Amino acid sequence: MNDKVIETDELTKKFGSFTAVDKISFSIEKGEIFGFLGANGAGKTTAMKMLCGLSKPTSGKAKVGGFDVYTQTESIKKNIGYMSQKFSLYEDLNIMENITFYGGIYGLSSKEIKMRGEALVEKLGLKNETKKMVASLPLGWKQKLAFSVAILHEPKIVFLDEPTGGVDPVTRRQFWNLIYEAAQRGITVFLTTHYMDEAEYCDRISIMVDGRIDAIGTPGQLREAFKATNMDEVFYSLARGAKRSE
Amino acid sequence: MRTLKYLLIKEFKQIFRNKAIIGIIMVMPMIQLLILPHAANYEVKNINLVVVDNDHSTYSRNLVSNITGSGYFQLTGNCQSFKQAFSEIEADKADLVLEIPANFEKDLIREQSQSLFIAVNAINGTKANLGASYLSRIIREYNNTLRAELLSVDKPASSRAIEITTANWFNPGLDYKSYMVPGILAILVTMVGGFLTALNIVKEKEVGTIEQINVTPIRKSQFILGKLIPFWILGNVVFTIGLTLSWLIYGIVPQGSLFVIYAFIAVYLVAILGFGLLVSTYSETQQQAMFIMFFFMMMFILLSGLFTSIDSMPGWAKALAHINPVTYIIEVFRMVILKGSGLKDILPQIAVISVGAVLLNTWAVRNYRKTV
Repeated sequence: MNDKVIETDELTKKFGSFTAVDKISFSIEKGEIFGFLGANGAGKTTAMKMLCGLSKPTSGKAKVGGFDVYTQTESIKKNIGYMSQKFSLYEDLNIMENITFYGGIYGLSSKEIKMRGEALVEKLGLKNETKKMVASLPLGWKQKLAFSVAILHEPKIVFLDEPTGGVDPVTRRQFWNLIYEAAQRGITVFLTTHYMDEAEYCDRISIMVDGRIDAIGTPGQLREAFKATNMDEVFYSLARGAKRSE
Repeated sequence: MRTLKYLLIKEFKQIFRNKAIIGIIMVMPMIQLLILPHAANYEVKNINLVVVDNDHSTYSRNLVSNITGSGYFQLTGNCQSFKQAFSEIEADKADLVLEIPANFEKDLIREQSQSLFIAVNAINGTKANLGASYLSRIIREYNNTLRAELLSVDKPASSRAIEITTANWFNPGLDYKSYMVPGILAILVTMVGGFLTALNIVKEKEVGTIEQINVTPIRKSQFILGKLIPFWILGNVVFTIGLTLSWLIYGIVPQGSLFVIYAFIAVYLVAILGFGLLVSTYSETQQQAMFIMFFFMMMFILLSGLFTSIDSMPGWAKALAHINPVTYIIEVFRMVILKGSGLKDILPQIAVISVGAVLLNTWAVRNYRKTV
């Protein structure tokens, strides 16, 4: 029970009379890859923002890394990594400068930054490009770099908001290898996605419809429960009932 | 502290890589200082004058040659009648008409009095008004010389005509350049401080990097300081460039101490950067920030006393001018650069700007927290 890194209890976010996230309750264990699925506008990003301490919940309880989302957002921020839908590295800084900047603001020492930075570019095969401006990199490389930078400080949890949008299948594969590696090191991965084949790669998934979590479990459990042969069918049978869409 | 160090390194790298910003910082002071002091000049020259001389006497000819010799007027024509002259005004060929009555010389000698008529084309108000007053002055002076001549023939020790002399202290030649240059320096510092800060922060919003910053342990105060410090330094750099240029081009050297000027700039920049920050918290895109900034800059500049005197504004405008930071920096620059005022003399201005700096920054920081 102590291994739960994220726990929510009826977590809710309202914008005026609109309920973006409606009483969601779930828990995630250490090292898990948790997929957060849902149609556009289902409330995924809002839920994620509450967990990251970016947005205050309207009601309900949630703990991230053992810290309360109402009162301990600063402690949460020290223990998480985040990769947003928008590309979030500085395009006018080169690869190494981005690494140094994000390492620095998470409090890594200059030595740590240098060591981890070198290991990172080595792993991504960017060793000869460290002086290249990030703006000049292809999207796939940017995404891999952004992910690696997001976990540079070895956070307890990393939040990925549609990390593989617009990326080619080969790069997507490589990206998932990075995710598996991180999970093996004990970093919990929380990600949102539209790709149903990606949902199969997750340890557990939840499907959000109209702000509620309508299904949660391993991909196998969900297929069984919905008598489906793949995740696509599971998703369609749930999403068909959705009232709001983009 | 370490976080701030990394923020500053990042910010400076980005600024120095942005060719446009570096260009603005170097070229803007040069161009503005080279062009504006010459162009934005209150002195009116080349006033088109039409003379209707009905007298054709020595006196009337002398008067006209005095007028044309002053350098302000251009004699565009001699007309036979006022009616003809007036058609010149209607055709916008003349700004002023001077009508010299017949028997001007005779009456002046015999009756010691004569009247002249000046008609003004008031479409270009400034030109016409200043022209009329220049003209009156020349006529008055001519009148005085005449009186002196006439009187000296009759009664050598007679009463002297009263003369009005104006002494332009601190700017002896009433040289508008030394009046405009400090003003332009003030605008430069304001533009660089306000615009760059606002646009820089909004750009991070637009690109999305600010969202990333917000999930890191960076405190808001650190982030804001990380933005304000670089632009504070840039503001000082731009001012220094401007001051050096105005010395090189116009030979304007501050009469007062540089320390006093920089002390004021230090406080002033905090206020203006706070304003830029405030604008950035209310804008989502650089376009919005740009328009808001433009609006305020127009107000600031036109209500600052740079082009027009604040004393001659209506009461409500005076009140506005006194909550305008640019008013104070122009005041201080003119005081210190032209008059050599000391720290003590500009304490009231420093006090007002300090209050402004605290207010603007507090407001900006509070609003920043809310919106993010």
